[in-house]
Amino acid sequence: MSETIVRALKCRECGQEYAIEPTHVCEFCFGPLEVVYDYDKLQGKFTRELIESRRQNMWRYKELLPIDGEPSVGAQNGFTPLVRAKNLEKVLGVSELYIKNDSVCYPTLSFKDRVVSVALSKAVEFGFTTVACASTGNLAGSVAANAAAAGLESYVFIPHDLEQGKVLGAGIFGTKIIGIQGKYDDVNRLCSEVAGKYGWAFVNVNVRPFYAEGSKSLGYEVMEQLGWKAPKHIVVPMASGSLCTKVDKSIKEFIKLGLIEDAGTAVYGAQATGCSPISKSVKDGTDMIHPVHADTIAKSLAIGNPADGFYANRVIRDSGGFAEDISDAEVIAAMKLLAETEGIFAETAGGVTLGCAMKMIESGKLPRDESIVLCITGNGLKTQEAVVDAIEKPRIIAASLKEFDLLAAADGVLNKD
Amino acid sequence: MSVQVRIPTPLRKLTGGADEVTIEGATIGALIDNLEAAHPGLKERLCDDAGEIRRFVNVYVNDEDVRFLSGRETALNAGDEVSIVPAIAGGL
Repeated sequence: MSETIVRALKCRECGQEYAIEPTHVCEFCFGPLEVVYDYDKLQGKFTRELIESRRQNMWRYKELLPIDGEPSVGAQNGFTPLVRAKNLEKVLGVSELYIKNDSVCYPTLSFKDRVVSVALSKAVEFGFTTVACASTGNLAGSVAANAAAAGLESYVFIPHDLEQGKVLGAGIFGTKIIGIQGKYDDVNRLCSEVAGKYGWAFVNVNVRPFYAEGSKSLGYEVMEQLGWKAPKHIVVPMASGSLCTKVDKSIKEFIKLGLIEDAGTAVYGAQATGCSPISKSVKDGTDMIHPVHADTIAKSLAIGNPADGFYANRVIRDSGGFAEDISDAEVIAAMKLLAETEGIFAETAGGVTLGCAMKMIESGKLPRDESIVLCITGNGLKTQEAVVDAIEKPRIIAASLKEFDLLAAADGVLNKD
Repeated sequence: MSVQVRIPTPLRKLTGGADEVTIEGATIGALIDNLEAAHPGLKERLCDDAGEIRRFVNVYVNDEDVRFLSGRETALNAGDEVSIVPAIAGGL
């Protein structure tokens, strides 16, 4: 590829610019740093035809991802299906509904494979040999797997009480897995201090500006898969709020580069009521985010002090979207509905996204007659505890035709006789 | 009384590289003023023009975010550990 268009790291608060280094906080005001680009350098060069000529993975948009040259980690990641959800459309009474299904993202079944691919490729460029993260589970698995494949050492830090599937889904890769007695916010705080002390690439601490950019690939794919257009409405689950801001950034970049028309896309955020500091701020009409002590089965969204909450709030309000939150019971009901109508087993965060979308359709915040995309970011096999008591158990019978006939008759099933 | 304050990497240029300093202060507000006296420039990094702790700065007393306590009025006791931590992203 031609020269990189990455210009600098820039403070989102005060605008101070920094060279491309493993750093994430403005030295002056503590604001978060973001990668900024010289888009002019791509004018006329980054075309639909060029993108379509490339392999189907997230790196077909590599000019807009902040690495030099080719990715050294996760070169196959991304490009998940965008599913037209016809059955769910009927149930919800909407005319055009899509599921962006990152529950099948390669290789660890969550959208975190996108951000990790960028973070670890960048970490390798910076010369790191050990990578680490603070995680609610999916990130731990993704860092562990992608680090293993890239021959990097890894340390992953998680809350001690995560779902078994998430713990196993990281541990299997031979990572050093540390359970912290406390909530994610405690893990986060410890990692922030560990990152300052050990010379590691912490994907969501010192290489976070690069890591976070990986999320944009989800947005790029949605637009390409819709036939080079943006949806009118897109619903995103919120933990720290980062994905909301990056989906919005991806759309603005494609508009700026002339790849799509501006559809006036509105961005909507979804949280569980047990941890809803961002949705509460949107509903209250303020930009003040009050931290909370998180308590929900949607553990991957259980961040009581969301680092990007302020910016997610702003994106939602500026784009004309809204935010909602739902109870844990509604999360489980929505997980089941998605599975039964579309054959997609999403993790709890997916239940949050669908459940909040339903609530906003009912309240009229999401119109029924315009295109809506729901972002499903993780796989239900990793959060089985949430639904294990809510689904039908197998009916046990002997290997006997007679017994099955009785069962079929009870179900009212006709046989050929 | 004096308490231990853990200093994050981005602020260590102001503490001569020290990752921990011992400072007097009966409350978080007083502590920040005393930090400023000992290490000029620290307060404006931590607080906005109105003196409120900046949006992206988290201050913990022992294990609790001062936003859950009494903010700048949070009382300090001898032997308390104060940590200053930048907000970081994650989850999903």
